[in-house]
Amino acid sequence: MNNVKEWWRSGEPWIWLNAGAVSVSMLVVFGLLALIAVRGLGHFWAGDIIEMRYLSNGSEETIIGELVESETINAQRFSESGYGVLPPGATEVKRLLIKTGNRDLYADFRWLTDHNIKALNTPEDLIVLERVEWGDFYGYLKQVNEQGQMVAEGEAAWDELQIRLARVADLHAEIKYLERGEIGSINYKLEDLRLARKKLELSNNATAENIARIEKQEKALDVKYQRLRVQLAELHNEIKRDSAHFQIMDGRVVELPMETFVSVLKPNAMNVFQKMINYVHAFIAFLVDDPREANTEGGVFPAIFGTVMMVLLMSVLVTPLGVIAAVYLREYARQGPVIRLIRIAVNNLAGVPSIVYGVFGLGFFVYFLGGNLDRLFFPEALPAATFGTPGLMWASLTLALLTLPVVIVSTEEGLARIPSSLREGSLALGATKFETIWKVILPMSSPAIMTGLILAVARAAGEVAPLMLVGVVKLAPELPLDGNMPFLHLDRKFMHLGFHIFDVGFQSPNVEAARPLVYATAFLLVLVIVLLNLSAIMLRNHLREKYKALEN
Amino acid sequence: MNKPIRTHAIDPTLISSTVMQSKIEDEDICLKVNNLKLFYGEKQALHDVNLVIPRKRVTAFIGPSGCGKSTLLRTFNRMNDLVDNCHVHGEILLDDDNIYAQDVDISLLRRRVGMVFQRPNPFPKSIYENVAYGLRLQGINKRHLLDERVEWALKKAALWEEVSDRLNDSALGLSGGQQQRLVIARAIAIKPEVLLLDEPASALDPISTLKIEELIYELKSDYTIIIVTHNMQQAARVSDYTAFMYMGDLIEFGATDKLFTNPEKKQTEDYITGRYG
Repeated sequence: MNNVKEWWRSGEPWIWLNAGAVSVSMLVVFGLLALIAVRGLGHFWAGDIIEMRYLSNGSEETIIGELVESETINAQRFSESGYGVLPPGATEVKRLLIKTGNRDLYADFRWLTDHNIKALNTPEDLIVLERVEWGDFYGYLKQVNEQGQMVAEGEAAWDELQIRLARVADLHAEIKYLERGEIGSINYKLEDLRLARKKLELSNNATAENIARIEKQEKALDVKYQRLRVQLAELHNEIKRDSAHFQIMDGRVVELPMETFVSVLKPNAMNVFQKMINYVHAFIAFLVDDPREANTEGGVFPAIFGTVMMVLLMSVLVTPLGVIAAVYLREYARQGPVIRLIRIAVNNLAGVPSIVYGVFGLGFFVYFLGGNLDRLFFPEALPAATFGTPGLMWASLTLALLTLPVVIVSTEEGLARIPSSLREGSLALGATKFETIWKVILPMSSPAIMTGLILAVARAAGEVAPLMLVGVVKLAPELPLDGNMPFLHLDRKFMHLGFHIFDVGFQSPNVEAARPLVYATAFLLVLVIVLLNLSAIMLRNHLREKYKALEN
Repeated sequence: MNKPIRTHAIDPTLISSTVMQSKIEDEDICLKVNNLKLFYGEKQALHDVNLVIPRKRVTAFIGPSGCGKSTLLRTFNRMNDLVDNCHVHGEILLDDDNIYAQDVDISLLRRRVGMVFQRPNPFPKSIYENVAYGLRLQGINKRHLLDERVEWALKKAALWEEVSDRLNDSALGLSGGQQQRLVIARAIAIKPEVLLLDEPASALDPISTLKIEELIYELKSDYTIIIVTHNMQQAARVSDYTAFMYMGDLIEFGATDKLFTNPEKKQTEDYITGRYG
């Protein structure tokens, strides 16, 4: 009894409790990261493709595919669910989920019962084809065609396919450059001219001379466009030249045009080293490619870009506003009940649900501010909205508002920590209060301001709900930053990793196929936030070193 | 005063000897305090102080803690304005202009009346930028002008030798004594008329204290210096005139050697002989 009391008094249980709490927190955080990392990053690994004989409904068939997951279920549940016939005496049944691909030909995922699988092997010449549409394709390469004429078959076909695929990739790049770059730019300029013309009409300035000038420019652009269109048609013709024949698991031979191929692999023939190289390529492609197939395939580059862009813009907006507000509250305002009330209000703003900010942003920024901006500055574009519609600027502003309290609070704390001797030192040299704040106090509180910004970035980058109302879309045709004047297009809608996860995970028609991407995107979102934070933390440490407070 | 008496020797020629037997009546008056009362809210901190500060002399304020000597010092550059609820009645004339008049530009006043604080308070900037701070405030940004004045001030503050090769290093890397001399250099760089020193050596070791005292002696040929100190030996060593304050009252003011050897008031005598305080 006494021992327990002594033990309690010694504080040891308390230390154990503390350490336990820390351990649990660490476990949760790292467990979470490990889960999404493993699930997400495994997606890019070229797994083995299996071919098997499978007994279903009394007849045997060949199934080719990739094992996705397996589960063991209770025999009773198995038979109640009508999954199939039980082997006699079994209490448990193992089921396998096989991705059979070839979504254009049959269902691309199948549940198989383990005991019906007869023969199982991994033939080396099985091919995985990543395609522009319809998802992955599994099959055996039979022959390669040019203009419908066979040019290679059997062993030689594989090498021929590689060569021709490189050509297709080049053509794709060329087409993309023409469509997105050249023609996109022409379209942008044409739209500008259309608006300029409308503007002239609205302001009663549409003299024959002005109109003629615009029409001349339009004509020049049109000539250029026609030339590009011919070029483009040629390329499209070129790219359609080659095709390949594949045998699929039900024995049919199908012909696929090569322009739909993204990459071909023989995963069963690859060693670990080759697979690693392929992994890196696949992961980089995921980072830099545009999404395809309703976001369930391809990369997430626009979403990464949109997220980073939005966070940076938010930082640029929130920092001055928060710092100026904090300086007033701490340095100028007479400390009293009113200021205390304001401070409570600011602190409580941090607790307002983010969707409320979204609604506010939509109502105030988008409809009111944006609508009025359109009427005042962009009447020529009406009824199409320029700023009176959700877009990058409003999303950044809304998030700036959402994160304002953290910046204000931490800046205020930073200001309060500056020793009064430094203020006095500056004032005693004839500096005004403003000069003192500007030259001594603000530089010295910059680490605290950065701390506020770090918290703001962490919160803003992970926020999704309000963004859905004020600017994020499932698929944005253009990035908010491009080569057309004025380069940064604040009025454009953008993509966001957080929303991308929601969209791919819950709104896509093929949830099974998209699931690894959900994990991969989630992992990427965490990575982006960590990187943004790390850069801010490094900047803060640098400032801390520079403005190290007086310690002696 | 229970502080241990400093035992280090000081060059006897440095001890205030130039104005031995000086008389306040013969001096050129720089600052004149007339009927000064100061309140912190309801509490009165200074009672009707009348005082003259002679030009280009060192005047020391001594007295026990809380006697109002720092408060009085801070009225000369209106540092007390920073304290909420602080009211000042009466006037202080700096060259016959009341610094508590309505239309006084406080920044301008503080350029004329520089101040050095108890603890060194260099800005977290380079040594050079610390000294140049006050100059930049005045709009002096030409490099050669700044260079010239920074060097002048650092030499004047007897710091140039030690820092001339690392002017761009952070001022926070200096020792406490060096920092205090840097702060003095910073104050004299803008060429004030009066220099207020608020216990400038109390946070320093004996060697650094000695250097500061020597510096004060050097500087008095150009500046009117007012120093607040807890240390009576220091007051005796560096000052020409001494004011003894007690409980917000100015008890006695006179030539230092007279005040320390032959005080008029009983209270002064009790204090300097260590009977209380």
